[in-house]
Amino acid sequence: MLIWVLLGVPLAVGAGLAVCGQRTDRVAAPVGVAAASVTLGLAVGAAVLRPSASAPLFIGIRAGFAVDGLSAVLVVTVAAVTVAVLVFAAADIGAGEARSRFFGIMLVFAGAMVVTVTATGLAVLLMGWEVMGATSWALIGFWWHDRRRVEAGTTAFVTTRAGDIGLYMAAGAAVAGGAGSLQLDALPRLGSPWLDVVTAGVVAAALGKSAQLPFSFWLSRAMEGPSPVSALLHSATMVAAGAYLLLRLHPLLAASGWGQPVVAWVGAATAVALGLVAVAQRDLKQLLAASTCAQIGFMVLAAGAGGVAAGTAQLVAHAAVKSLLFLAAGAWLSALGTKQLAALAGAGRRYRLVGVTFTAGVLALAGIPPLSLWATKDTVLAAALARDPGLYAAGLAAAVISAVYSIRAARLIWLPAPVEGNAAYDTERPGTRRVGPLMAAPLVPLAAAAVGLGVYALPAVTAAFERTVATRGEPGPPGWSLGLSAGLAFAAAAATWRLTGRARMPAAVTATLGGWLGLEAAAHMVVVRPTLRAAGALARFDDDVVDGAVRRLAAAAVGSAGVAARVGEVGVDDVVAGVASGARRLGRIARRPQTGLVHQYYAQAAAVLVVLVAIMVLVG
Amino acid sequence: MLSLIVFWPAAAALALAVLPSRLPGKWFLRAWVAISAVDLALVIAVWVAYNPHGGFGFTENLRWIPSAGVGYHVGVDGLSLPLVALTSVLFLACAVYSLRETRRPRTYVCLFLGLETVCIGLFVALDLIVFFVFFDLSIVGMYFVIAGWGHGPAARAAALKFFLYTFVGSLALLLGFIGLYLAATPHTFDIVALIRANPLAGRGAYAGAVLAAIGVGLAIKTPTVPFHTWLPPAHTDAPATGSAILAGVLLKMGTYGFVRIAMPLLPDAWRRYALVFIIVGALSAVYGALVALAQPNLKRMIAYTSVNHMGYVILGVGAAGVLAGTDAQARSLAVTGAVTQMVSHGLITGALFLLSGTLWDRTGSYQIDAHSGLAGSAPAFAGLTALAAFASIGIPGFSGFVAEFQIFAGSLASQVAATTVAVLSIVITAGLFLRALQRMLVGPLRLPETVPAGTGFADLTVREAVAVVPLLAVSAVIGVAPRWLLDVIEPAARHLVGLVAR
Repeated sequence: MLIWVLLGVPLAVGAGLAVCGQRTDRVAAPVGVAAASVTLGLAVGAAVLRPSASAPLFIGIRAGFAVDGLSAVLVVTVAAVTVAVLVFAAADIGAGEARSRFFGIMLVFAGAMVVTVTATGLAVLLMGWEVMGATSWALIGFWWHDRRRVEAGTTAFVTTRAGDIGLYMAAGAAVAGGAGSLQLDALPRLGSPWLDVVTAGVVAAALGKSAQLPFSFWLSRAMEGPSPVSALLHSATMVAAGAYLLLRLHPLLAASGWGQPVVAWVGAATAVALGLVAVAQRDLKQLLAASTCAQIGFMVLAAGAGGVAAGTAQLVAHAAVKSLLFLAAGAWLSALGTKQLAALAGAGRRYRLVGVTFTAGVLALAGIPPLSLWATKDTVLAAALARDPGLYAAGLAAAVISAVYSIRAARLIWLPAPVEGNAAYDTERPGTRRVGPLMAAPLVPLAAAAVGLGVYALPAVTAAFERTVATRGEPGPPGWSLGLSAGLAFAAAAATWRLTGRARMPAAVTATLGGWLGLEAAAHMVVVRPTLRAAGALARFDDDVVDGAVRRLAAAAVGSAGVAARVGEVGVDDVVAGVASGARRLGRIARRPQTGLVHQYYAQAAAVLVVLVAIMVLVG
Repeated sequence: MLSLIVFWPAAAALALAVLPSRLPGKWFLRAWVAISAVDLALVIAVWVAYNPHGGFGFTENLRWIPSAGVGYHVGVDGLSLPLVALTSVLFLACAVYSLRETRRPRTYVCLFLGLETVCIGLFVALDLIVFFVFFDLSIVGMYFVIAGWGHGPAARAAALKFFLYTFVGSLALLLGFIGLYLAATPHTFDIVALIRANPLAGRGAYAGAVLAAIGVGLAIKTPTVPFHTWLPPAHTDAPATGSAILAGVLLKMGTYGFVRIAMPLLPDAWRRYALVFIIVGALSAVYGALVALAQPNLKRMIAYTSVNHMGYVILGVGAAGVLAGTDAQARSLAVTGAVTQMVSHGLITGALFLLSGTLWDRTGSYQIDAHSGLAGSAPAFAGLTALAAFASIGIPGFSGFVAEFQIFAGSLASQVAATTVAVLSIVITAGLFLRALQRMLVGPLRLPETVPAGTGFADLTVREAVAVVPLLAVSAVIGVAPRWLLDVIEPAARHLVGLVAR
């Protein structure tokens, strides 16, 4: 029962708000926050009680939900971040906006993530997964007057759905291979080749959702959405869903043989490449977005290396850090009307609470001890080291890069503000020049989590967490590794602090990295444009050839009817006419002897008699 | 009971037809709503009373032309009852939508009531000739709807094309039926008797020829590639209600024919040629999606997505014919998904066509690029259109997902490559609907030049909303809690899978 309520509250309240529209705009914010808070309470209860339930769905397939250790960690994280983000949104999404639609869809979005992380089978997991994708479209395009934002939503949805094909294929392969229940724990027991199809499908869907290479570009476009959307989408939901799926199905990756190295290396490559992309960004939200790809890369790397607890811890710590950073960026955007890094110089001094919490977040992101991501990243690196030194090296490089982009952002906001005022303010939206209490309030607990989750480094905590997510004996980071990564983080941080604002990157590097490696352009060139061209060509083919054949057949039928009409009419008529004229001619001939003169009749009779006699003589 | 459901609309139409035509048109239109509502209530009563595990229910078997083995035999099972219900829901929605019709309302109402009888009659028919008669009458009725109430002179050409093309299909169908009749001893057109007799078991070429005739006849009606080109003009030039019934109900006559006639009556041939249907289905799905992507006209685009969605159905029923490497679960899933898809497509595409009708009423255009920013002045129109589009894309929470997931999950084992191709098209449909939405609904307001300046774009009226919302609501109910529907379909689907496998 508990689990149905846990799922039902966000989904039902959200759907209700979204459908009611303007009528409930006034109450949407309090109702939304209340529903999220209730959900958090239910999530905590579920984490304690570990409920499970199921209902019949399809033939041989049940809709099963369960909160085990891994799910417990996830549902609490999702619900907590949702509360923080919605409190912020109550201030950020103004009274004049379509608040009911916003809070409603946000709740459905979060509820879909809860469905995804509590599902015990592929069918229900896919339901939550796809609803999340569809609602992300509506959230990214929330300010629909600007068509660009809706297009960004379309990019996000279509890209992630391209990956989702993998889950449909995986479901089909599971049925084909004999795991007709689609239960997640039955998948690793499949035999080849269906095992490989399922693994490939799951990996493709997860990489798409988590914006890993080569799908990363959609996350850049997703920045067109409101800040609370970014804060939720980038932390505990959507992008985290892919990482969750890989962590959940790590036995499947292990069983396939090839799944683990592929996933691990894609994660490592994303962590490095998108980290470099983050370094080159000029827009704070773009920097954070690229860093999301990179940080999720660590989780994907962990899933590939078998470090389930490490990857899950990384997910939780990153959720706290990244929602904090996006909300801080949103607070500045709301107050100053800009998210350009150069224009945010001095923003930390001007709004100190935002500046301090933001700094706590970026220090954690940089991997500075003893903060949260330092602790979790080192366990991920330890898992990588146990698997392959190459993976470890790549992960270490990615850690250094994350220190660079993080500290660069921190340095910029603490630079002195330009004395003559800042012309870049209010270029993206009119700033309010204030950060209200509702906006500031969620930053504090999130910062506390970003800092405090560093306790994960304590062996007792690590062991307890591993017991919770039901893994055992994951390798802990060796002492030298802890020292090495901390030393590198400090060194990179110090260098970045000194160089930021002084050194410049080469223009070519900035162009490539700043443009997210040209991934979106490549996707357009390789997939989108050929598809559109094929569609156009097929549409012409359909009109000219397929329908043309029908038209020609019809024309031929009409034409042959005409011929038939001519031939038929002429032929039949001619026969009739011929018979008539023949009869007439015969009649004329027959009339000729009938002259009415007796001597002529007599002569004719004599002639006939001669002929008859002649015949009788000849025959006889 | 079934005969009452079938003939009540026609009888009411006869009564309306003898009323003087100078009575106000709205009387006739309101009468239509009431008559269809009564029919829906009767259908609901049958639904409640029907036992899904009892095979055919509510059967009636009367002598009609005994010398030719033809009887008036009707009944419902889990394959037909959902379609009967869909038909009565859609006709009621169309009745509500039409309340403001001004062109020859009496004739219009009588025609649609006659069509309702024809459509329901086809779905309950358990005799090939009864099926065929209703099949042909549906073509006649729809011809008059398109020609008489369509958009301008092009409508008559489109109606003629529709009539001739699908009529040719029905002739092929009749040939096949006669082939079945001749093979059975004693000669009969009775579907139940033919299922029992399985007269073409082991008769290779003859059975193949009969299946080819029936297959082509049904494929034209469905329509599948390459027999689909009558569909876009028929939809584009039909009135909104005509399109809704054409897409929602008439197309289902084709797909229903597969599960009611082709599969159970010709199991051997179906298994032998299953691959043909799988490939045609997958091809229709991806081809329909791609061609839809390139359409500049909203209604043509929706018409081609129908080809795509019907392709999934054909894929699913084809997959049920492959025994090697599949189990009964996979095949039952595929058939259940296919039947669910028929219902789902009727609801969702019906809603989409009614919505595009409201667009035509306001701007006189279906051109996607001629419209922009409609969400500003018409939030309800935009919201419902977006919901219907997402439902059509197959997003969970609507019936399309329930259908498509089962089809894909059940079909992959039968044919990996074809199913993969079909699954790819779910991304294309997502892209094409979102492209249309982001062009028409968002951004600055722009209307076709034919709309007088300053008119604006009015939001949905209560009448229009009342017609559209229930269709999407039923789709959402199926999407969230599908068991009430699947409990009816699944036993029949399992039974059908067993018949095909015998």
